[in-house]
Amino acid sequence: MSADEPVESLFRRESGRMVAVLTRVFGVHNLGLVEDVVQDAFCRAMEVWKFRGMPDAPAGWLMTVAKNRALDVLRRERTARTFAPELTRLLESEWTLVPTLDEQFSPVAIEDDVLRLMFSCCDPGMSEDSQVALVLHMLCGFSVDEVAGAFVATHAAIEKRLTRAKKVLAQSGRLFDITAAEEFSARLPAVQRALYLLFNEGYHGASPQFAVRASLCHEAIRLAGLLQAHPLGATPGMDALAALMYLNAARLPARTDEAGDLLAFGDQDRSKWDHRLIDEGERSLQRSARGPDLTAWHVEAAIAWVHAKAGRAEDTAWPQIVALYDMLMAIRPSPVVSLNRAIAIAQLEGPEAGLQAIEAIEDRERLARYPFYPAALGELELRAGRPDPARRHFRDAVRLARNPAERRFLEQRARACEATPRRTAH
Amino acid sequence: MNEYLYVYRGGRPPSSPQDAQAVMQRWITWLQDLAKRGHIKDQGQPLEPAGKVVNGQPGSISDGPYAEAKDLVGGFSIVLAKDLDEAAALTKGCPILDGGGSVEVRPVMKM
Repeated sequence: MSADEPVESLFRRESGRMVAVLTRVFGVHNLGLVEDVVQDAFCRAMEVWKFRGMPDAPAGWLMTVAKNRALDVLRRERTARTFAPELTRLLESEWTLVPTLDEQFSPVAIEDDVLRLMFSCCDPGMSEDSQVALVLHMLCGFSVDEVAGAFVATHAAIEKRLTRAKKVLAQSGRLFDITAAEEFSARLPAVQRALYLLFNEGYHGASPQFAVRASLCHEAIRLAGLLQAHPLGATPGMDALAALMYLNAARLPARTDEAGDLLAFGDQDRSKWDHRLIDEGERSLQRSARGPDLTAWHVEAAIAWVHAKAGRAEDTAWPQIVALYDMLMAIRPSPVVSLNRAIAIAQLEGPEAGLQAIEAIEDRERLARYPFYPAALGELELRAGRPDPARRHFRDAVRLARNPAERRFLEQRARACEATPRRTAH
Repeated sequence: MNEYLYVYRGGRPPSSPQDAQAVMQRWITWLQDLAKRGHIKDQGQPLEPAGKVVNGQPGSISDGPYAEAKDLVGGFSIVLAKDLDEAAALTKGCPILDGGGSVEVRPVMKM
């Protein structure tokens, strides 16, 4: 997988950039045409690269093909179709057509187009699930099947969701105006939320393929980076969100073994952590500390940072982690946060305290389908020296497993109840 | 060393963007391997699927060739080999063969 990973991320990024600039030029009502042109550009590029090999600057090459295709389409269809309303006059005349396209396809203009499209995809008229699906599809080059794979949904369900979302986008008439500061700031939280969900789908998601989930994380980081680089987007909250992505993503390579199976927290090989990402996360976290705002993302990033600072599992500063979870509960309470807090308490004060903390979670029933809820009970019972209830909890967890890797991991934990307990999973 | 023209015909269209990427990678790897072993004179080019067909009758130029997909020439390369048998053997691993396509191997005529 790693050998063709760079090509994959290149294609994902460039697909998003091509869709963004072409949507800007053709208009949001011509999304079908946009997708045809992008696909055609990719097919042509790959046909030629088969023979000639990849060029040194494949991104520029792809964009040139897309621009030439766009020029063909504009010339062929300008009497039959309307294009972007704000560009219509410039695209109508041969005198202005080529210079206009050159300007639209300049790297600076394309960066803005990607943001425009990102903000347009996060229209409050759509559900959050639809927003994330649309971002993946339009900006990250995920096919319908890939989006379905990422969400563990059927092709038909995702196709329906995307068709509806595209209709909302088309009916909006034009792309979101990112130059209007007030509107930008008003829409920013929705965009951040979509990127956060995208990242989490990769980090904790149900897709059985580790590679799929890793690419969701990388795409979320890439898009967050674009916002961090934008004067209106680079808020402290944005830096905090980016920091939590970097710091968690840094630990991704250690979460599975060679076979792609999940590893218990204490069994993870910390030498596999990506220190470049940890540094990047630290820098973002430092930047996020300016100003009075303390968002949930600040706290989540801080938790990830405390983990990233511990060279060995036993070096983890659990008192700090418990304090941060308390803070997170005050800002954005949820049963999953409570559960993680209880696990941290168990690390600090022992399994009985952890079990009591779980016992005290108010809306525990909302965790009923979450496999790591019974798994946490199992771990703590096991550490408290009660392998029988532990095994029952792990069996419950196995039944809730969302993919084969989770199932294998939880079955292995259930088997561990036969032997002397030593380690905890997280 | 003698020169041989590879004519690539047919092959299946990719089933998905990932599949297209994988096929492209396999072509690049295969041609690079041949080049490394000194067998490539010209790695060649892909061809557009449609063009014009001209024959001897005056004014007879038609769109085409509209061959069946399996007969359509998709591209060519020129390889170097010591004889026709070696040239034919070097097609081993060509990705077009996995997709039901073919490679026609034709010696370039020498004086």
